[in-house]
Amino acid sequence: MTILLFTLILLAGAFLAGLLGSLTGLGGGVVIIPLLTLGFHVDIRYAIGTALIASIATSSGSASAYVKEGITNIRLGMFLEIATTTGAVVGALIAVFIPTNVVAVIFGCVLIFSALMSFRKKPEAVSDEDVSKLARDLKLNGTYPSGGEMVSYKVRHVPGGYFMMTFAGVMSGLLGIGSGALKVLAMDNIMRIPFKVSTTTSNFMIGVTAAASAVVYLQRGYVSPGLCMPVVLGVLLGAFGGSRLLVKVNTKWLRIVFGVVITFLALQMIYNGINGKL
Amino acid sequence: MKRLFSKHFWADKDVQQLIGKQLRVGVITSSIIVFLGGMVYLYRHGHEAPDYGTFAGVRQGLDNLPGILQGIMQGKGMNVIQLGIVLLIATPIVRIALSVFAFLLEKDYLYVVITLIVLGVITFSMVGGLERL
Repeated sequence: MTILLFTLILLAGAFLAGLLGSLTGLGGGVVIIPLLTLGFHVDIRYAIGTALIASIATSSGSASAYVKEGITNIRLGMFLEIATTTGAVVGALIAVFIPTNVVAVIFGCVLIFSALMSFRKKPEAVSDEDVSKLARDLKLNGTYPSGGEMVSYKVRHVPGGYFMMTFAGVMSGLLGIGSGALKVLAMDNIMRIPFKVSTTTSNFMIGVTAAASAVVYLQRGYVSPGLCMPVVLGVLLGAFGGSRLLVKVNTKWLRIVFGVVITFLALQMIYNGINGKL
Repeated sequence: MKRLFSKHFWADKDVQQLIGKQLRVGVITSSIIVFLGGMVYLYRHGHEAPDYGTFAGVRQGLDNLPGILQGIMQGKGMNVIQLGIVLLIATPIVRIALSVFAFLLEKDYLYVVITLIVLGVITFSMVGGLERL
């Protein structure tokens, strides 16, 4: 295989990853890791570097569109970024002491549990009760456009969501991924935010967490231009396509796609963890 | 009270437009650079075989900004791609810095503080990360 053919195949794979990533709130980058390692036998360290860059591309690319449409809750994202960034620092610090394959197995189990939870629940019945004083004080309650009108929602369980976000941050620092899945679950299941708002706000936040660790990975030589070029371009095209689809797409299908992706990633994590590949 | 509410609403809209535009400009600029670099890289190396099976790290000059810029002067496609990647990494960090000013304009001092905390944590993690190397 020549570099030209390799680049074209990677471009197509990255396009699908970007589409899926922006529709589900996952970084899109995590799909890149199994694609590169299992599909092309690329070393996991190059794959992690490339996936991080892909996460930033998906996040910033699709977030720009969602922000424009007013779906993203910018204040909520900014407030929770305190949790994810501090979590990422803590994760990077404890990464020295915990073997990553053990973490990968635990992470996989958490993801499968989360996927089951998201299939069981119907969080689209968003409560409009103004029960959280903290959410009011922090101006986290918001509105989003749905079917031509503005729907208002109230945020609940702020401390619980903040704690879960810290955990998501620890995971990204530990594994070098965006942990979009955990971010969505924190907002979706705990804080009871509408699914579209939580996926878009998660997308908005991922870039920040990934960017901080990407600087370190770049200096360690994990970020290879030959891999990043097709992946970044493909993921961006996919993300732009996905952000256009999201406004029209039925969230019931989104949840199914979300659950399937999470389960797939979880099995991937566990498999790699047991094999000691992560 | 109603007037106040609508004023706040518009200020909020402005912040959203500003952040959305900055993210778009950052991503589009960096992807154009990545694409141009990619064309040069494929033109020169497209017929070779890819080799990513064993980890050796990227070649010298691709893991730091001065090295990247130096390679661009020599017309190396890989270095042009890497410059685009660096811009891409900078985009969300610039977004945070920009948000500080956006919230200042809006006189939302609570969120000025919150955003500064996020910026501080990122700076700390970057500097801390560099020291670990």
